[in-house]
Amino acid sequence: MLEVRQLRKNYGSFEAVKGISFTVKQGEILGFLGPNGAGKSTTMRMVTGFLPPTSGTALIGGHDIVETPIPAKALIGYLPENAPVYPEMTVAGFLDFVAGVRGYCGAERARRVDSAVECCRLGAVRHQMVETLSKGYKQRVCFAQAVLHDPSLLVMDEPTDGLDPNQKHLVRDMIKTMAAEKAIIISTHILEEVEAVCTRAMIINEGRIVAEGTPVELKARHPSGRLDEVFRSLTQGTAEKTTKR
Amino acid sequence: MMNAFTGNMFEIFKREFRAYFASPVAYVFLVFYLMLIGFLTFFVSRFYEANQADLKYFFFWFPWVNLLLVPAATMRLWTEERRTGTLELLMTLPVTLPQALVGKFLAAWLFMMIGVLLTLPVVFTTIYLGSPDAGAVIGGYAGAILLSGAYVAVGTLTSAMTRNQVISFVIAFVICLFLALAGWPPVMEIVNKWAPGWLVNGIASLSVMPHFESLQRGVIDVRDVIYYVSVMALALFGAHLVLENRKSS
Ligand SMILES: Nc1ncnc2c1ncn2[C@@H]1O[C@H](COP(=O)(O)OP(=O)(O)O)[C@@H](O)[C@H]1O
Ligand SMILES: [Mg+2]
Repeated sequence: MLEVRQLRKNYGSFEAVKGISFTVKQGEILGFLGPNGAGKSTTMRMVTGFLPPTSGTALIGGHDIVETPIPAKALIGYLPENAPVYPEMTVAGFLDFVAGVRGYCGAERARRVDSAVECCRLGAVRHQMVETLSKGYKQRVCFAQAVLHDPSLLVMDEPTDGLDPNQKHLVRDMIKTMAAEKAIIISTHILEEVEAVCTRAMIINEGRIVAEGTPVELKARHPSGRLDEVFRSLTQGTAEKTTKR
Repeated sequence: MMNAFTGNMFEIFKREFRAYFASPVAYVFLVFYLMLIGFLTFFVSRFYEANQADLKYFFFWFPWVNLLLVPAATMRLWTEERRTGTLELLMTLPVTLPQALVGKFLAAWLFMMIGVLLTLPVVFTTIYLGSPDAGAVIGGYAGAILLSGAYVAVGTLTSAMTRNQVISFVIAFVICLFLALAGWPPVMEIVNKWAPGWLVNGIASLSVMPHFESLQRGVIDVRDVIYYVSVMALALFGAHLVLENRKSS
């Protein structure tokens, strides 16, 4: 479903992503694991067509995101970091806008909005303005936007960041129920999340893939058999960079 | 049905246009626009004392009022998308940059057109008092609408250049001020004293003013329309370049 080929990204002279390749098949949930500043968001932004890669590309269902972005984007659902949503819109108004841009009209459009509202349990806030919502609800509104068109590829950048344990649980449940017919990528720096939802994980450090495998395989890489030890040994000594955008 | 380009452009347009009216600021803005035009026409130009139902004193103010208010109406367009991060959402939907740009531009332009057309009661007053030339009224409004379109395009460009609304406002104001002053007779007379004629005329030909004034005479000249459309196209093209480049930094 997704084939990433030698993606690179330079910000000026700084190499944020240094040649990343991988594939994700339908039914897989791939976890992007890495310390802050590893290049997870940058990679996702290139895969979803927000940032042009310095070199390399990604194929989504055979469509090249650089050469033919529109058909490629039509297959992607994307939940960006911090779940941005237009603050002055109502939940239903926002989802209706996204459905329109996704090419739905008439009864089908209304049906898509209804089912996204239902799937993300937004019924109670349906007519509420986004700016008045709590973080957890906002996250789910953005999630609803990402799954509204039943995408074949779902890309989520830290989907549970800043949520309370109940909300985290809810989001993970939603991800798992959708897993069978989609290819999913989630980035996180929460290790328990990988064990909880992912079928496969990649550890990224300083713009490179440093380890890849099922959670069980990854854990076997350290004598203690614990994922956090594996993570530490592979990413230690990395100075965290704080500059953003 | 609509083709794919206009379909998505229309969705963006609708969202943006509604966003104006999501807060009471839009209504305050329109009332202020109307009051400012009215005040300047009736009290500063002494419209009634001129004792001729001539709309010249009324149309005179549009370039100056728009100069102040169009940059305010457009400063939000792209800066907010960047500030709140919704730009990332918008640009990963199956929407092209030209669709988004034109959709937003048209939404802001329509909003300004509402402001312009809300001044129609002034015209009705004039019709009641005298008999203004219908051609001049239509030409004047066409000019005011085209002029605000040119300013809106400039404002769209400057809002794409920064993530700060105030900076967008100031740069748009300066560019529009230049477009207005470069061909305004009082300024041209001063510049004429020391600059060669060809230079003065060259700069003046960039200005919105001669085109605005010629439309007010009631003749809709294709050249004036072409001028305004070119300013809009150029500014939107510039915004396209800016937004394309933004991506890589
Ligand atoms: N727009 C940008 N300009 C310059 N540097 C950036 C930009 N965006 C990210 N970076 C840098 O690139 C690196 C990777 O960032 P990011 O992909 O956001 O990491 P992660 O999501 O893994 O925390 C970081 O060092 C970050 O400071
Ligand atoms: Mg990140």
